[in-house]
Amino acid sequence: MDVILFLIFAIIAVVCAINVVVQTHPISSAISLVGVMGSLAVLYLLLGAEFIAAAQVIVYAGAIMVLFVFVIMLLNAGAESKHGRSLVAQLLGAPLLVALLGLLAYFVERLYPRGVSVRFGGFTHGTPLDIGRALFTTYLLPFEATSILILIAIVGAIVLAWKEID
Amino acid sequence: MQLWLIPVLPLAGFLINGLFGRRFSKGAVNAVAIGSVALSFAWVLKTILALSPLAGAYSEHYFTWIRSGIVNIGCDLAVDRLTIVMLLVVTGVGAVIHVYSIGYMAHEGGYYRFFAFLNLFMFFMLVLVLASNYLVMFVGWEGVGLCSYLLIGFYFDKKFATDAGNKAFIVNRIGDFGFSLAMFYMVKNFGSLDFATVFKQAPGAPEATLTIIGLLLMLGACGKSAQLPLYVWLPDAMAGPTPVSALIHAATMVTAGVYMTARSWAIYAHAPAAAETVAIIGIATAFFAATIGLAQNDIKKVFAYSTVSQLGYMFLGVGCGAFSAGIYHLVTHAFFKALLFLGAGSVIHALSGEQDLRNMGGLRKKTPWTFWTMMCAAVAIAGVPPFAGFFSKDAILLAAHHYAPWMYWLGTITAGMTAFYVFRAMFLAFFGEYRGHEHPHESPPVMLVPLAVLALLSIGGGFALHVPEFLGTAGGEEDRALMAISTAAGVMGIALAWLMYVAKPALAESFAASMRGLYTLVYNKYFVDEIYGAAVVNPLVGGSRAVLWKGVDVGLIDGAANGVGARARNIGSILRLMQSGNIRSYATWVLFGSVVLIVAMGIVGGLR
Amino acid sequence: MTEVPISWFLTLSAVLFVLGVAGFVFRRSVVTVFMSIELMLNAVNLSFVTFSYQLQQVNGHLFAFFVMVVAAAEAAVGLAIILTVFKNRATLNIDDVDSMKN
Repeated sequence: MDVILFLIFAIIAVVCAINVVVQTHPISSAISLVGVMGSLAVLYLLLGAEFIAAAQVIVYAGAIMVLFVFVIMLLNAGAESKHGRSLVAQLLGAPLLVALLGLLAYFVERLYPRGVSVRFGGFTHGTPLDIGRALFTTYLLPFEATSILILIAIVGAIVLAWKEID
Repeated sequence: MQLWLIPVLPLAGFLINGLFGRRFSKGAVNAVAIGSVALSFAWVLKTILALSPLAGAYSEHYFTWIRSGIVNIGCDLAVDRLTIVMLLVVTGVGAVIHVYSIGYMAHEGGYYRFFAFLNLFMFFMLVLVLASNYLVMFVGWEGVGLCSYLLIGFYFDKKFATDAGNKAFIVNRIGDFGFSLAMFYMVKNFGSLDFATVFKQAPGAPEATLTIIGLLLMLGACGKSAQLPLYVWLPDAMAGPTPVSALIHAATMVTAGVYMTARSWAIYAHAPAAAETVAIIGIATAFFAATIGLAQNDIKKVFAYSTVSQLGYMFLGVGCGAFSAGIYHLVTHAFFKALLFLGAGSVIHALSGEQDLRNMGGLRKKTPWTFWTMMCAAVAIAGVPPFAGFFSKDAILLAAHHYAPWMYWLGTITAGMTAFYVFRAMFLAFFGEYRGHEHPHESPPVMLVPLAVLALLSIGGGFALHVPEFLGTAGGEEDRALMAISTAAGVMGIALAWLMYVAKPALAESFAASMRGLYTLVYNKYFVDEIYGAAVVNPLVGGSRAVLWKGVDVGLIDGAANGVGARARNIGSILRLMQSGNIRSYATWVLFGSVVLIVAMGIVGGLR
Repeated sequence: MTEVPISWFLTLSAVLFVLGVAGFVFRRSVVTVFMSIELMLNAVNLSFVTFSYQLQQVNGHLFAFFVMVVAAAEAAVGLAIILTVFKNRATLNIDDVDSMKN
C-alpha cells in the first residue's frame, strides 16, 4: 500500500518537475511547480511529517506560488524569447548534470542498500506538539533570527517595489 | 702599557682633521696631524724604555672579536723586537715625512684631506705592525691598501691619477685573495690565527700544509710589496703626491709584505720549497725591475722601479733564511729611498712641477742642499761602504751566496745596475747645463730639514743600528772577497754612469741607438701592462659585459622579475574570460565545482 | 512488500534536485530560473525529512521548516528585484543582464 502510494506521487512529482523545466510559458511552469509541491506534501505524510506537510501546502503552495503567479501576471511575461546564449552552459551543462545525478544516485545506493524502510506510521514524532517543543527550546535562536529575517524581507520587498506602486 | 695608544693617536688625528679640518687654519691642521704622529713616536719610545730589554713578546688583549666554533680571534696587540724595529721605522720616518709635507703641499688644494688620509694610513700601518694574529694584521693590510688608493688618487680630477688608484687597489686585491686563502687554510689546519699558536704548531705540521700556506702568503706579499707578477701598480702609483710615494710606496706600506714574511719565519723555516720560491721571486724581481729602471726618463719612475728592485732584495734575504738581513735592508731602504723620493719632490718643487730628467740639469748650484742630501742617499743605495746600504745589502748577498751562488752573482749584477741608474738620474738632474725653461729655486727649510735628518740616517745608519744583533741573529762570517766583488760592482756602475752622462753625453745616445730594439723593449717596461691588458683585463671586462651584464643581469634577473609580472598579466587575461557577466555560465561553473567536490569527497572518504 | 526503502526517497530527492539545476542552467527567463530554485529547495526539504525519519528525530523537520521560511523571504525579495530589473531593462532574459562582464 505504501509502495503504491509512493510510486504514484513520486511519478507525479517527477513529471511535474520535468514540466516546470520544459514549458516555455512561465505560468505553465508555475502551475506545474504547484503540482510538485502537492505530491511532496503527500510524501511527507508518508514519512510521518504531518506538520511539515501542512506547512508545505499552506506556505509553499498556498503563499509562495501564489506570489509567483501574481508577479508573472504583473510582468505580463510572455513565452520565452530565443535569443541570448551561453556557450559554457550549452557545452558543459548536460554532461555535468548527468554526472551529478549519477554520482548522487551511486552514493545513495552504496550507503543505503537495503537499510531502513519507510512505512506509514513509522515515525510518530512529527506532530505539531513535537515541532513546537523543539522549536521553542532547542531551536529558539534560529526561530528568533528567522523572524527578524522575515521582517527584513518585508521591508526590503516594499522598498524595492516602492516605485511600482505610484 | 697601553699599546693601543700607538695606533689610536693617528686615528684621532684623522678623525679631527677629517671632520673639522675644513674649518681649521693650515697651522691647526699641521698641529693635529704632526702632533698625533709625534705623540705616537714618543709613545713608542716610552714603550721601548719600559719594556727593555725585551726578550720575548709582550701582548695586550682588548676584547674578543670573533668567537665561532673553533675560531676564537681576539683584538690583540703585541710587541717584540721585530715589532719595535718596524714601529721605529714607521713612526719615525712617518713623522719626518709629515713635516716635509707641510712644505710640499702648501700650495695644493685639499690640504686638510691630505693630512687626514696620511694619519689614517699611519693608523692602519701601526695596526698591521702591532697585530698579534693574522686577522688583525689583515685589517691593517686592507686598510693601508685603502689609504694607498685614496692618496694615489688624491688629485681626483685627473683621470690618470684615479686610474692608478684603481689599479693599485685591484692588483692588491689579487694578493689579498692569496692572503685570505692562507688564513682559511691556517684555521683549518691549526685552528687558530694567533701568531703564537700557529708558530708553535708549525714545526709539527706536515710540510705540504706549510708549503701551501707559505706560497699563499707569498701571493699576498707579491701584491702588497709589488713583486713579480703583481708589481705593475707601483710605477703608476707615482701619480700621487711625492710625500705619498715616499711614505707609502717606499718606506712603509710596500714593506708590509716583507714584514709579514719575516714574521712568519716559523712557517718558511719548515717549508723549504716555499722559502725557495720567495727567494727566486725576489731575485727575479730585483733584476727585472733594475733593467727597466735603466731607461726611464721620469725621475719618480726611476725611483719606483728602484723600490721594486730593492724589495726584491729584501725578499731574497728572507727567502734565503736570513730574515734579519732582509729586515735590516728594509730599515736602511726606508731611510735612503724616502730621502730619494723627498729629494725628487724637492727638485720637482724647485722646477714648479717638471718631472722629466731630460728637462733638468745643472741643479747642483741652484739647489745645493737638495743635491748634497740626495747624494748621501745615492751612495747609500749604491752599496758604497761605509754607508748604510752597504751593510744591509752585503748581509743579503752573503746569505744568498750560502744558499745558492747563482743568486749571489745575479744580485751583484743587479747591484751594479742599481748604482748605474741611480747615478744616471743624479747626473742628469744635477750636472751639466740646465735644459729646461723654469726658474729653479731652493726649497723652504721645512722641506730641507727632513732631508737632512734622513741623510744623516742614510750615512750613519749602518753603524748605529745593529739590527741583526738586535733581532737575535749575529752577522754571519764575513767573506772579504765577496764583499769586495759586490762593492766593485757598485763602483763600476757609478763610473759608467759618470762616463755616459757627464764626461761624454753623446755616448748615451749612440748606445741607445745601437741597441734600438732592446732599448725600446726596456723603455716600454717590456710591454707588461699591455700584455696584462690584452690577456687578462680586456677579456675579463668584455666577458663581464657580454655574459654577466647582458646575459645574466639583464637577461636572467631582469627577465625573471619582468617575466613574473608579464606571466601574471597573461594568466590574468586568460582568467578574465570567465567573467562574462552571464549568469548561466556562472551557474554552470558552480555545478562543475560541486561535481568535482563530490568526487573528491568520495575519494577521500574511501568509497571508490 | 509494504515498505518503501529509504534509498528511493533519497533518489527521488536527487532527481528533483538535478531537474532544478537543469532548469537553472538551461532556461532563459528569470522567473523560470527562480522557480527552478524553489524546486531545488523542495528537493532538499525532502532529503531532510527522510533523514529525520531514518534517525527517528524531529530535527530534520525543524530544518525543513526553516528552509521553508527562508525560501519565502527569498522569494519575496527576489521577485521584488525581478520587478525592478524588468522596470529598468524591459527584458526578462537572463542573458541580457550581463553588466558585470569583465
